[in-house]
Amino acid sequence: MGDHHHGPAKGITRWLTTTNHKDIGTMYLWFSFAMFLLGGAFAMVIRAELFQPGLQLIEPAFFNQMTTMHGLIMVFGAIMPAFVGLANWMIPLMIGAPDMALPRMNNWSFWILPFAFAILASSFFMEGGAPNFGWTFYAPLSTTYAPPSVTFFIFGVHILGLSSIMGAINIAATVMNMRAPGMTYMKMPLFVWTWFITAYLLIAVMPVLAGAVTMMLMDIHFGTSFFSAAGGGDPVLFQHIFWFFGHPEVYIIILPGFGVVSQVIPTFSRKRLFGYDSMVYATASIAFLSFIVWAHHMYTVGMPVAGELFFMYATMLIAVPTGVKVFNWISTMWRGAMTFETPMLFAIGFVVLFTMGGFTGLMLAIAPADFQYHDSYFVVAHFHYTMVAGAIFSMTCAVYYWLPKWCGRMYNETLGKTQFWVSFVGFNLTFFPQHFVGLAGMPRRIPDYALQFADFNLMSSVGAFIYGASQLLFLYNVVATIVAGEPVEKEQVWEGAEGLEWTVASPAPYHTFTTPPDVK
Amino acid sequence: MSCKINRLIGSTRIAIVALFSVVASGAGAEEVQRWRVNMEPGVTEIGSRIYDLHMTVFWICVVIGVAVFGVMLYSIYSHRKSRGVTPATFHESTLVEVAWTVVPFLILIAMAVPATTTLIDIYNTDESEVDILVTGYQWKWKYEYINEGGENVSFFSTLSTPRSEIDNEDEKNTNYLLEVDEPLVIPVGKKVRFLVTAYDVIHAWWVPALAVKKDAIPGFINETWTLALEEGVYRGQCAELCGKDHGFMPIVVKVVSESEYHEWLGEKVAQASEIKELMSQQFDLDQLVERGDEVYQRNCLACHGAQGEGGVGAAIAGSAIAMGEVAGHLDSIVNGVPGTAMQAFGNQLNDVDLAAVTTYQRNAFGNNMGDLVQPIDVYNFKQGQ
Repeated sequence: MGDHHHGPAKGITRWLTTTNHKDIGTMYLWFSFAMFLLGGAFAMVIRAELFQPGLQLIEPAFFNQMTTMHGLIMVFGAIMPAFVGLANWMIPLMIGAPDMALPRMNNWSFWILPFAFAILASSFFMEGGAPNFGWTFYAPLSTTYAPPSVTFFIFGVHILGLSSIMGAINIAATVMNMRAPGMTYMKMPLFVWTWFITAYLLIAVMPVLAGAVTMMLMDIHFGTSFFSAAGGGDPVLFQHIFWFFGHPEVYIIILPGFGVVSQVIPTFSRKRLFGYDSMVYATASIAFLSFIVWAHHMYTVGMPVAGELFFMYATMLIAVPTGVKVFNWISTMWRGAMTFETPMLFAIGFVVLFTMGGFTGLMLAIAPADFQYHDSYFVVAHFHYTMVAGAIFSMTCAVYYWLPKWCGRMYNETLGKTQFWVSFVGFNLTFFPQHFVGLAGMPRRIPDYALQFADFNLMSSVGAFIYGASQLLFLYNVVATIVAGEPVEKEQVWEGAEGLEWTVASPAPYHTFTTPPDVK
Repeated sequence: MSCKINRLIGSTRIAIVALFSVVASGAGAEEVQRWRVNMEPGVTEIGSRIYDLHMTVFWICVVIGVAVFGVMLYSIYSHRKSRGVTPATFHESTLVEVAWTVVPFLILIAMAVPATTTLIDIYNTDESEVDILVTGYQWKWKYEYINEGGENVSFFSTLSTPRSEIDNEDEKNTNYLLEVDEPLVIPVGKKVRFLVTAYDVIHAWWVPALAVKKDAIPGFINETWTLALEEGVYRGQCAELCGKDHGFMPIVVKVVSESEYHEWLGEKVAQASEIKELMSQQFDLDQLVERGDEVYQRNCLACHGAQGEGGVGAAIAGSAIAMGEVAGHLDSIVNGVPGTAMQAFGNQLNDVDLAAVTTYQRNAFGNNMGDLVQPIDVYNFKQGQ
């Protein structure tokens, strides 16, 4: 690095005023991990209460606040910012750009996030408590019947929505304008592709969410009746608007994870990704389909049968491109020369468990059967297989994969593998039995349950504590690596790794690709 | 196919039970059906068809899963660097890629056909013989029989599990949280149509064995139906988050023979006219307090506490309302308190029960007002509004 290059500023101002994509990425990652632990703590409270039948630890009213805040914090505070952080760090490195296209906006889109979540978390100390209407906040429970803190919740959602939209615009602008010469669209690493598509999903649906909460605000404070039949509105309208945002949202959460796994599996298989083109097309198809399937979350609201059939067929179709992705990953592994370092273990864990979540998703798509599954623990099991084993496993996979590049030090492999196996066992012990209780008739979001569900709930709670503990192992391993990990000398940390990020030094210098690299 | 499935599930269950019996020993009574791992076909034709559909899709998923994960496991075992393999270089194959796009598509069509026919039949609510209006309230259900035997039969159905079991003071009974004071009664072998709606927030009426789940939405009426083929008692719960006591508003449906059904209906009609008679009577303090105690347990306790100490609702012990003017007290109970969780009980309880519970609140929890409210007072209060 020459003298004319700026290093990072000193002290706190480095973090407050930085426009460096690596600094901002780091802040996003730490912030999301803190939120992950907070949302996880709420999950532990939920599982502790559900450890056995009867009310032991908390009141039903507080239980509802826990389930609501667990969902909100995990979706908006943990998973989404984590992937934005990953995008900040990796997209410029992967496409040979010196930074993000809009660095100042980048700083702002991060720094409004802590305020959004401070507002959200402060609602615990307000009269009536925190939001208690579920993370899907169906009206009129979230309007006429909501605690006063709902107004702060709405404000918080507006701010974090703003942050997401700015983050997405930045990523789309970077991918479109900042690619190194020779890096055509169809040469971009798959992680960049999945994020590029995700960015468009975000730009399309976050304003819809903003619209939904604004209509709530109007209903609560300004006398409108969007969601109240008494004034000519319709509570089901809320659900349509929410899920028009909500279904693309679940792909916003999972597509970057697909991208991560598509980077990691070829590396540790020492073989090129199978079916690159079809991976891109499959991702685009999933994104398109995500806009026309939203009402499969609402099979029991009393839609006309024609609507029900349309949403059923469209939803079933998603199995096709998703299947293509799974087949491609396995074909990549086929006749490779595999090794099983921690990132590869998490990637394989992702493929197996996410596929199982996909299977239950297909079952849920079948509208008549959904009349029995809907709002039961079967749904809870399904979406945790896709969200936790999908988003969280792929995120953990990404951290282990790129950590040596970020900090120039190698993590402890034994500890990493231990964390994987503890997570894997804990996760399955938590969520697999939830399929059973759901099918046996246990509704979701209840603080207490009938005796027939007691045994599997006990298993679930034990599993949750194990899974929770495994995250502390993760925190320890990452901190220990940054502080005192074995230094990494090589640029290409992993033997089979390909891509521009592996052509820069480890740790990656503060400024990279100030002159564009050559892409063949 | 389903018998093979049951055997498989049975043996899995035995294995799991053996594994965890140490952990879970001592939980629950004998009749509790523990370790259930699958959906029940229930007692309706639609329920069996849903169950078959569920199992068909399940087995298709199992077969695909075994194939896909099998290939992956084989690859993980054989294609590892430690075995000294050199990686292949292929990275695409149009034929294979087209095949694994088209084949799943065809499988999906095969699933969609039975799903479509079942769905269309579920939506056919024509030609019902009994019509019942189901209304969800925070946190109880109201049932109204429409056009049955002249007199309008309607009643509320509320959780009857004692608070002491929920608070772990007493041992939990077999039907813990799945029992109500007054179950819904329907005749066996008759098509029963449910008109489902809600009074406050969205609820969902779910009885797995009857294969019915429908959202109860305030201001809108949804239709669904069932035709139970076997007599028995079937239990379900509210399935849509509806606030604090969402987990405490179960549904119990008694399916009885047609003659038993008509007998029961006759009794309900008689009860209704009995209440009418009671309305014109005068009661003494003890009678009102005794009846009011029961009404309080069912309707007020969840929010106002066993000792009137308050909770979600305001305290009743020593409250200015319960110890103030009778008219003001009645106003809160009959009309509710707008902007709070306090509902209007005027149309939920009859005048006898309203009089009793008002009297009870004025004389319990150390309030000792000594005055009493008669049904006629409630009637006059309502008329005077």
